[in-house]
Amino acid sequence: MSDVHASLRSPLVTGDKTISDVTRDICAPMDRKPTALWWSAFGLSLTALIVGVAAVWYQIATGIGTWGLNKTVGWAFDITNFVFWVGIGHAGTLISAVLFLFRQKWRTAVNRSAEAMTLFAVMCAGIFPLIHMGRPWLAFWMMPYPNTRGPLWVNFKSPLLWDVFAISTYLAISAVFWYVGLLPDLATIRDRSEPGWRKRITSILCLGWNGSARTWLRYETVYLLLAGLATPLVFSVHTIVSMDFATAVIPGWHTTIFPPYFVAGAIFSGLAMVLTLMIIARKVMQLEDYITMTHIDRMCKLMMSMGCIVGLAYGTEFFMAFYSGNGYEQFVFKNRALGPFAWAYWTMVSCNVLIPQLLWSRKLRSTLPVVFVIVILVNVGMWFERFVIIVTSLHRDFLPSSWASYAPTSIEIATFVGSFGLFFTCFLIFCRIAPVIAIAEIKGAAHLKKRPPAESITEEKAA
Amino acid sequence: MSDRVLLATFEHEDDLLAATDAVRRSGFKIVDAFTPYAVHGLERAMGLRPSRLTWVCFLCGMIGVLGMLWFEHWSTSIDWKLDVGGKPWNSLPSDVPVAFEAAVLLAGFGSVFALLAVSRLFPGKQPQIINPRVTDDRFLLVIDEADAGFDTAAVRKMLQEFHALAVEEKITLPGGDLQ
Repeated sequence: MSDVHASLRSPLVTGDKTISDVTRDICAPMDRKPTALWWSAFGLSLTALIVGVAAVWYQIATGIGTWGLNKTVGWAFDITNFVFWVGIGHAGTLISAVLFLFRQKWRTAVNRSAEAMTLFAVMCAGIFPLIHMGRPWLAFWMMPYPNTRGPLWVNFKSPLLWDVFAISTYLAISAVFWYVGLLPDLATIRDRSEPGWRKRITSILCLGWNGSARTWLRYETVYLLLAGLATPLVFSVHTIVSMDFATAVIPGWHTTIFPPYFVAGAIFSGLAMVLTLMIIARKVMQLEDYITMTHIDRMCKLMMSMGCIVGLAYGTEFFMAFYSGNGYEQFVFKNRALGPFAWAYWTMVSCNVLIPQLLWSRKLRSTLPVVFVIVILVNVGMWFERFVIIVTSLHRDFLPSSWASYAPTSIEIATFVGSFGLFFTCFLIFCRIAPVIAIAEIKGAAHLKKRPPAESITEEKAA
Repeated sequence: MSDRVLLATFEHEDDLLAATDAVRRSGFKIVDAFTPYAVHGLERAMGLRPSRLTWVCFLCGMIGVLGMLWFEHWSTSIDWKLDVGGKPWNSLPSDVPVAFEAAVLLAGFGSVFALLAVSRLFPGKQPQIINPRVTDDRFLLVIDEADAGFDTAAVRKMLQEFHALAVEEKITLPGGDLQ
């Protein structure tokens, strides 16, 4: 029956592979020595990370006066980066959990690396509010623990506290989801490795997985449960992030459209980052048979539809400003499009709304260099979206006497560069030490080649 | 369980599924099957009941949401009353987000730890690996020979109809391992 399905849809795995070919191909990059390309990418990322660590060290030692913030613009670069990184994480959960619930089998080629991307992106995101506290060594004050100050509990009515719970839950659940997904693959690596340190480490990490059908049944149940939990979780996380803004009375922030607008934007930016990583990974790690042009095509379509939702949200914001009859609201939006930060606004609109429209064309979707340029521009555009929302809403407030401008200092830029360093260093290490494609999942989802039984029996006897 | 089992190796999930179904229909007891990936329909062929881990998830989630709601209420309106912008102390809507996160956190961790506990998976466990290719491309079916009327030759013949690559007899050791 499986043969019938295979002929109706384009195959998930090309190149006429058997099940054991899949194991071999996906594990191959781990067996090879790293290439010169990998080393140069790793060197570059590590350098960026070191720059970031130095910058963070300096600003914690000196204080956040090293930033370009002022009394009017109290949030800028750091919160922009925070929202940018959290948003990127969301596509990973969309691919691993939401598409799992919708039974989209093509997700198996990209879910492992998208989940890894989520983990690393949320790590990068977490750093920014932590530094912004000024005294990050007191970060534990955000946890409601019995203390000697009363005990004075945390403020459960503040969206900033909701954010602490949302982001830490998201990080924890993403890590668990990723690890549970890795268990069968770690066992695969254990069984195919020669005795040595790799076999020892994977046999500890795979928790004694042996492929028993009873365990598989429970495992599938738990995987489904985790996907069902992660789906509302991912929506709640960015909803809460948007409430950091929407519950304030700042014109430009105080709108009910923020939660869906932020969630769509998050998934949009995350898909752009997944595509960026996948286009590089399939080439560098020779996984073209697994991450096929069909995968790229589907992710492009998904990204473009998200881009259209984001475009609709931009339009709705302007309409609501006009329709509210609120002078402050109207001023903020006029100022966004025509004020001193108009260049940032129009960069955002071109990168997020106009350029992705090119993806309507099948021909452009199947031209990798074009797709690559578009996804990079979407990454840039989505960073500017957060910058526009935060800075343009703040810099000209109710009193013209307190209007101010904002420009980032070198320290802020170095911290941002450092977060990219952390992200890519982690991702490159992940590509070396873990299977970048979920081996057990792709075997179950793809209809792989079957050898005639006689051939296998002969082989089994010879073994 | 008797001390003798029959071990059949297959190359394709379809063969394993059909063989499992046939073996169970013929009234033999299936000890377990080992597969490189989750074979859908195998639980039905083996006659396994759906997992009850969903209840663990539900219970943990309920503990999370109710526990956190109670804690938020107790800490902000009983233990140390905190006036935030003139809002009521026990303002339920603002308690929802954190209670939801607590539910997801406990339900997620609870069901994963329950999975590890019932499947006896833990770091450092040394499982018996009957065939190392089971995590690569082989499907194993383990049949109990408990029945007095177990006709090894007949079962062997039946399994070969489903393209079994190898059929061998093993002895179960007291710990459950095979020899």
